[in-house]
Amino acid sequence: MLTTLVFLPLVGSLILLLLPKDRHVWLRGIATAVSAVEVLISLLLLARFVPGQAGMQFVERASWIPSIGVQYYLGVDGVSLALVLVTSLVTLLATITSYSIQQQVKEFYALLLLLETGMLGVFVALDYVLFYVFWELVLVPMYFIIGIWGGPRRQYAALKFFLYTLAGSVIMLVGILALYFGTGLGTFDMLALQQAGPRLAGSLQWWIFLAFFLGFAVKVPIFPFHTWLPDAHVEAPTGGSMILAGVLLKMGAYGFYRIALPTLPQAAHQWMLPLATLGVISILYGALAAMAQKDLKKMVAYSSISHMGFVTLGLAALTPASISGAVFVMISHGLISPLMFFLVGTVFYERLHTRMLDELGGLFDLMPLAGVIFAFGIFANLGLPGLSGFIGEFFTLLGSFSTFQTLVIVSSLGLVLTAAYHLWMMQRVLMGRAEDLGGGHGPLADISRRELVVAVPLMILVLVLGVYPGPLLHLMNPAVLHLQNVVQVASRWGGM
Amino acid sequence: MAQWAWLVALFPLLAFALMEVAPGRLRLRRDTLGTVAVAASFVVSLAVLVDVWAGARAAASWQWAQVGPVQIPMGWQVDPLSAVMLVVVNLVSLMVHVFSLSYMEGDVRYGRYYAILSLFTFSMLGLLLVDNFLGLFIFWELVGLCSFVLIGHWYEEKANSNAAMKAFLTTRVGDVAMLIGILVLFAHLGTLKYGDIWSAAQSGQLSLDVITTASLLLFGGAIGKSAQFPLHVWLPDAMAGPTPVSALIHAATMVAAGVYLVARAFPLFSLSPTALYWVAVTGGFTAIFAATIAVVQDDIKKVLAYSTISQLGYMFLGLGAGSLVAGSFHLVTQAFFKSLLFLAAGSVIHAVHTQNLHEMGGLYPRMKWTAWTWMIGALSMAGIPPLAGFWSKDEVLLAAYRSPYPILFWLALVAAFLTAFYITRATWLAFFGTARDEQRARHAHESGWRMQLPLGVLALLAAGAGLLGASWFGHPFTHFIAGSVPAGTHLAEPEPAGLVQGLALLAAVAGIAVAGGIYGGGWVSRASLIRAGRPLYVLLKRKYFVDELYGWVFVKGTVALSWLTGAFDRYIVDGIVNAVGWLGVQLAYATGDFDQAVIDGAVNGVGQAVEGGGRLLRRAQTGYVSTYLVTLATAVVAVLILLVLRR
Repeated sequence: MLTTLVFLPLVGSLILLLLPKDRHVWLRGIATAVSAVEVLISLLLLARFVPGQAGMQFVERASWIPSIGVQYYLGVDGVSLALVLVTSLVTLLATITSYSIQQQVKEFYALLLLLETGMLGVFVALDYVLFYVFWELVLVPMYFIIGIWGGPRRQYAALKFFLYTLAGSVIMLVGILALYFGTGLGTFDMLALQQAGPRLAGSLQWWIFLAFFLGFAVKVPIFPFHTWLPDAHVEAPTGGSMILAGVLLKMGAYGFYRIALPTLPQAAHQWMLPLATLGVISILYGALAAMAQKDLKKMVAYSSISHMGFVTLGLAALTPASISGAVFVMISHGLISPLMFFLVGTVFYERLHTRMLDELGGLFDLMPLAGVIFAFGIFANLGLPGLSGFIGEFFTLLGSFSTFQTLVIVSSLGLVLTAAYHLWMMQRVLMGRAEDLGGGHGPLADISRRELVVAVPLMILVLVLGVYPGPLLHLMNPAVLHLQNVVQVASRWGGM
Repeated sequence: MAQWAWLVALFPLLAFALMEVAPGRLRLRRDTLGTVAVAASFVVSLAVLVDVWAGARAAASWQWAQVGPVQIPMGWQVDPLSAVMLVVVNLVSLMVHVFSLSYMEGDVRYGRYYAILSLFTFSMLGLLLVDNFLGLFIFWELVGLCSFVLIGHWYEEKANSNAAMKAFLTTRVGDVAMLIGILVLFAHLGTLKYGDIWSAAQSGQLSLDVITTASLLLFGGAIGKSAQFPLHVWLPDAMAGPTPVSALIHAATMVAAGVYLVARAFPLFSLSPTALYWVAVTGGFTAIFAATIAVVQDDIKKVLAYSTISQLGYMFLGLGAGSLVAGSFHLVTQAFFKSLLFLAAGSVIHAVHTQNLHEMGGLYPRMKWTAWTWMIGALSMAGIPPLAGFWSKDEVLLAAYRSPYPILFWLALVAAFLTAFYITRATWLAFFGTARDEQRARHAHESGWRMQLPLGVLALLAAGAGLLGASWFGHPFTHFIAGSVPAGTHLAEPEPAGLVQGLALLAAVAGIAVAGGIYGGGWVSRASLIRAGRPLYVLLKRKYFVDELYGWVFVKGTVALSWLTGAFDRYIVDGIVNAVGWLGVQLAYATGDFDQAVIDGAVNGVGQAVEGGGRLLRRAQTGYVSTYLVTLATAVVAVLILLVLRR
């Protein structure tokens, strides 16, 4: 089933390439159908998943390159399943959002589906080589999506994105190879290496962790490796921004969760403090930098850095509550940030043709429904209780407090800053008079039905997860406990 | 009936949900829907109170989330404190709903206004009902959200949206402290449920330091929400919202939440003398601090705003002095007389279209109903017996008098004098004397039953609600409220002191007399008064310059810091990235040059060398056999010589 999930978009992509390029309706239709089927498959996985059970499920395993111990090895736990669900949903919504793209439609959707294969592959691969292949596969379509369909500075942004993350992943590859040769098991099996990793010498673990850190930190991104993000998010077409913010950032955090922390637990303990510190810096720094932006989309982009800081902090604190909180933030941010980018990049931009905060205003009155939805997104993003953003941040702080008391107190300043720039954003975009909107627009159409199709599912999920987070937490609980257990046992072991 | 208490919160929530999703027709009737819902809630809450008064209790809890091994339940409970507050909140909210039918008629966002009122009421009721700190925090923030939306109701004006932001952000500073307090409790006990925490604290599972720290951090939240110094600055600006909203915020929702928090967590606070001390000091100081500002305000709503801050100070003083009853009793009576005063002010503003007291005057003959109800509220707040405010303020003063820090009693007594003074001043300026603006006064009139009825109902309560706690009937409220805390909680029940009652009454009468003399009797003119105390007047008028200070330090400071961060990010962090990129490109060019000059040069060089060598060798190809032979012989000889030499 996982194989179907991962490779169906690839098949769809190939079919698109065979179609004539001027049949836009067909191209869009097939892309939508494929990504909709992907959502259904993910839901089917969810329905068949046995929660409360430790270990991987839906495992598929075959020999691939036996001479060096590479396997075709797939499986999911509660955390990766949740990420798969977010990925397939966000891709479907990005597909629908991108109907407004008129140039090279065929190529765009072929790349988008290829991207989906890569992203899903990253979340279900359990073999390092396979993981690495998918990881790199993600880069190429995203490079073209930014570089071809992006904004005015698209070439700079695309190249920066590509080179920065490529540099990170090459270093990660060094880490993978060091792990492979260091353990001497002759396998790239992630779970087997997880067993063997803790037995590596402490200093070697530290260096391998460093390699993984650099690879993942760029992707998350963690301060100071974040500057590709504002450029990429701003220049990418809306569909691309939605996927970048919603899914791609989660790959880095997932790497920490799946690889670096459980495989190198002693090193993880040494890295906890620096990692958490960088997380807290990201929270505050991202919020302050967001406040300084004049471009609305850039403001949203910087807010992602701030939010991902919570993920870093929670993962670094290594308690069940903090890890659950961190993963919850990943899921929640995976829903909220696409909503924000969708509103800013499509609903507002396609009508107003500007994103500059100075030129905006009065949208509450001009586009009442869109205004309310944006206000919803703003409050979700600033962590209002009752919506999903709060739950993740609350559990992250709750779980991290016992480990990093001072850091948590410092990071809580971020809650005020986050509220400040979000409300300021709201004041400048939504409030005020209709005349505040520069540029002499005629009457504006409110959010359209197709746009609601994109926004409403995200809103419902954000609300449901915020009011009743129990099921999602339950889904990932065994996986979280497993991680915490591995790290704890190993650290006790290493202490001897 | 107590087991149905959750219905109280459900009705407004359903009303809100219906208003948001209901199509066309129903959307037009949002005012009715909201009013009916809160009326239903009110009826249920009354029944619940009766039941709880008779000794009933109810609670329910269910599994909400699990993180790792930790279970996080969510549940509700109803006990005397929450039962009383449910009735108060519903009643005031209902009155505000009815009043707004007329006051907000024809407003651009009339429907939305009612939707948010429902959400606001729901949030506050939820806050009262939950049985744990996480739930409290959730509803606490929702209350903040609703007040943000309602304060910024007329967001066309930037001043209004600024006021809304100020309210949200200022209270959020307190919320962060509160959140950390919650984290501290969880870190030590692994639970957030009130009952578990109280029993753990009482059984000595928590050290005194932890109790003090947690209590003070929680109190931080209360300081923000209940607008105590130094986080009081948002409340006066919150006047930017519609006046009925001010009545709601100042009486039943929002600011009441902070006092409720301390009252709710009283089993925790009462274990720490240090925490109680700071609660009392903050309250006592704020009571007199805000009262002095209220004396010079010209805007009728600003007078009431500072008066609320001051009255909230009384409540904290009572709680901090160790008397749960005093604090919560004053919370209840203040809810009635303050919502009454605000709605009466609304009635005046609606009639004369100004908030400036100096543009009013002489309204009494034209608005007798409003004037009389206002005066009942004013006398109640001033503390004239047997009106409600007298009884509750007396409890507070008594608690302060018997507390370890009687200086606070004297501060509160001065504040009581000031209270009577400023409310008499406002009363006179608004309703009596000559009309300073003939045009406005001539057109003033009452605005119909929808505005008069709430004034009447609230006037009755502002007058009579105090009897619940009156000594005449043996303090029924005291015994009732004591049932809200676990047995063993230390509740100060101070000995009555005739001196306190006498002084309190004296302060109230003196305040009324002095203000009456100055403004009614014309003892001194306003101008000469201002001239005599110019520096003091300016200091008070500018509210001790706290807003200016915060504006410079926090607002401008944060914005400046964000600019610095933005610039740092762009020029330094990203600068380094671009520099690395640039270096890479330069290196590539350099490599290209190197490649062309050296590597490729070497290749070309080899080629040239071969070619040159070939040209050289061609000379040897002479075609003469003899030359070849000579060459061959020479070579053989050379080889032989070499062989010999090697030996």
